[in-house]
Amino acid sequence: MDTKKYFKDILTTKQLSIGYKESKGPDFCLLSDINLTIRRGELVCLLGPNGSGKSTLMRTIAGLQAPLAGYTLVEDIPIKERNFKEIARLLSIVLTERLSVGNLSVYHIVSLGRHPYTSFMGRLSDKDVEIIQWALEQVGLTGFADKFINQLSDGERQRVMIAKALAQDTPLIMLDEPTAHLDLPNRVEIMRLLRRLAQETDKAILLSTHELDLALQAADRIWLMSKNEAIRVGVPEDLVLSGSIEKTFENNSFNFDRKSGNFIMHYQKKAAIQVVGNDVMGFWTSRALSREGYQVTCEEVADCKIILDEVNRTWNLILKGRHKTYTQMEALILDLRKHETSKLTQN
Amino acid sequence: MLFRLKKNTKILLFSVLFLCILLFLILDLIWGSVSIPVEKVFAILMGEEVKTSWNYIILNFRLPKAITAILVGAGLSVTGLLMQTLFRNPLAGPYVLGISSGASLGVALMVMASVILPGVFGLVYASLGSWALVVAAIVGASVIFFIVGMASIRISDSVSLLIIGIMFGSITGAVVSILQFFSTPEQLQSFIVWTFGSLSGVTWIEMRVMAPIVVAGIIMAVLLIKSLDALLLGENYARGVGISVNRIRIGVIICTALVAGTLTAFTGPVAFIGVAVPHIARSIFRTASHKVLLPAVILIGAVLMLCCDMISQLPGNQSTLPINSVTALFGGPVVIWVIIRSRNVKASFS
Repeated sequence: MDTKKYFKDILTTKQLSIGYKESKGPDFCLLSDINLTIRRGELVCLLGPNGSGKSTLMRTIAGLQAPLAGYTLVEDIPIKERNFKEIARLLSIVLTERLSVGNLSVYHIVSLGRHPYTSFMGRLSDKDVEIIQWALEQVGLTGFADKFINQLSDGERQRVMIAKALAQDTPLIMLDEPTAHLDLPNRVEIMRLLRRLAQETDKAILLSTHELDLALQAADRIWLMSKNEAIRVGVPEDLVLSGSIEKTFENNSFNFDRKSGNFIMHYQKKAAIQVVGNDVMGFWTSRALSREGYQVTCEEVADCKIILDEVNRTWNLILKGRHKTYTQMEALILDLRKHETSKLTQN
Repeated sequence: MLFRLKKNTKILLFSVLFLCILLFLILDLIWGSVSIPVEKVFAILMGEEVKTSWNYIILNFRLPKAITAILVGAGLSVTGLLMQTLFRNPLAGPYVLGISSGASLGVALMVMASVILPGVFGLVYASLGSWALVVAAIVGASVIFFIVGMASIRISDSVSLLIIGIMFGSITGAVVSILQFFSTPEQLQSFIVWTFGSLSGVTWIEMRVMAPIVVAGIIMAVLLIKSLDALLLGENYARGVGISVNRIRIGVIICTALVAGTLTAFTGPVAFIGVAVPHIARSIFRTASHKVLLPAVILIGAVLMLCCDMISQLPGNQSTLPINSVTALFGGPVVIWVIIRSRNVKASFS
């Protein structure tokens, strides 16, 4: 493939300002001078805490809301606000909202993606039918064509809407929190699907999400939004290493752990406890103990020590000179709690 | 578990419905207080002069009445379907935007306002003759429609529009009540009779006005099919596939005002059909697709109205029951049965 074409930008925003036009007084500007791009075949995740303006940015790019300044280009064609007919050929959307209609067949819903291309009465040509079949195949719902939408699970429903977006045959697909209502396997499945689609169909895919861990794993690039700050753009790993993600999601009760790529909750620390042993078992034991409020350490702590036996999977607790062996963490935790309560009553 | 109907099943159902219309049309012409033999009815329809009084009854009374029934059934059902799709509300019908209340306000003013404004209305009433109520209803419906229409351009969400329509219904209802309070028993009666609805008042001359408008409205609805299907996905998805929701909303409202307003002017407000028939159609055809539902509601509405017309024509009795009561009395249980049996309302409007 021509490399020049491959690295072509599908979406470009130029000096875009987003916000709301007020009928009285000055406009309410959320963010200005936004210059973003998405390349062909790229999956971009838009991340940011609630209220950072994710939806407003998505709506503005999709032409549902007017920009306060600047403009958006899709394949070098400017998006004219509320010119739905033209926009529908440039970008397709998948929304968070559940369909309120139940008795529409999967095939019919996907066929509505052909709306911008069909004739006055909506008759589907052979090419339309072919594209609809292809779209259903891509999301793995070929056998579901005749089913009603209300017979499908939430994950399948979301795939139907993605198939609709594929049938719309646009260079850009935008998804607003596509994994919001889904359980973990479905969330992973949808992200994998989107990643594969971006690579195989050469479309640009932009999705907003709260799933930080999934986004870090699946996205080619991340747009990181936080309140009143310029959007930070980069490959996930760059953003993690530079500390941008940590900073954006900074909070008193938890923090983003650069090492694991996870959020760690902050618990109130009661007392220190020493854990001896360091493998998988050590990791999970530490987790349980920090949830219980202990400061886990590998340094010597007098009278409070747990020695792990990885071979037999047993815990040896040394508490104030007494030894006890546990085969399950639950029993260990219960004894620790009893110990804490007795300490409180003594005081 | 319910599955989508096969194409052949749909064609079969449509053929059955079409035959039903023919059958009930013929039955409706035969049925009546004056019994006319079947073969004579056909002879009269073929243009033969059988017996002057029979010819008159069939050609100038029963035939226009049957055609009116078909137009009312089809027209109100189509507009009911449009409104239910636009508002995504199973209780919406042709009258939610205040069209029938506007018409009834017009008629109430014409019939009863002479108490308040003696002279003016009386003079108009007298000079218009049989067209008086029609004109009053059209003017009343148009005024209310104009106001709601202006609101619909300013307001961009359908739920607010629905509430505004219902509010206008309440306001006009209040004005009508006040008029009723001050009017004479005779005036009150002629207004009440109008609210009962009647299919038999339409003459051939009036038909020349009513039929083309209703047919034009239905054709307009057919042109909206493609966009209405997309509207089922919700307004945002509809915009996403390239539909200007505002334009469709205005199209639907104009179509509804034209059809429901005209029908109400000529027959009085016929309740119930517009709300009920779309539900029956959805449950029979098991779909929300307008390509199927639109012809289905036209046929089912026509069949149902022909049935109601025959029921209102009590055999062996000169008088007819008010059509409004018959549609509800006969149609109410049908809809309850349909809803209990298929739970299709939940499938369409969850």
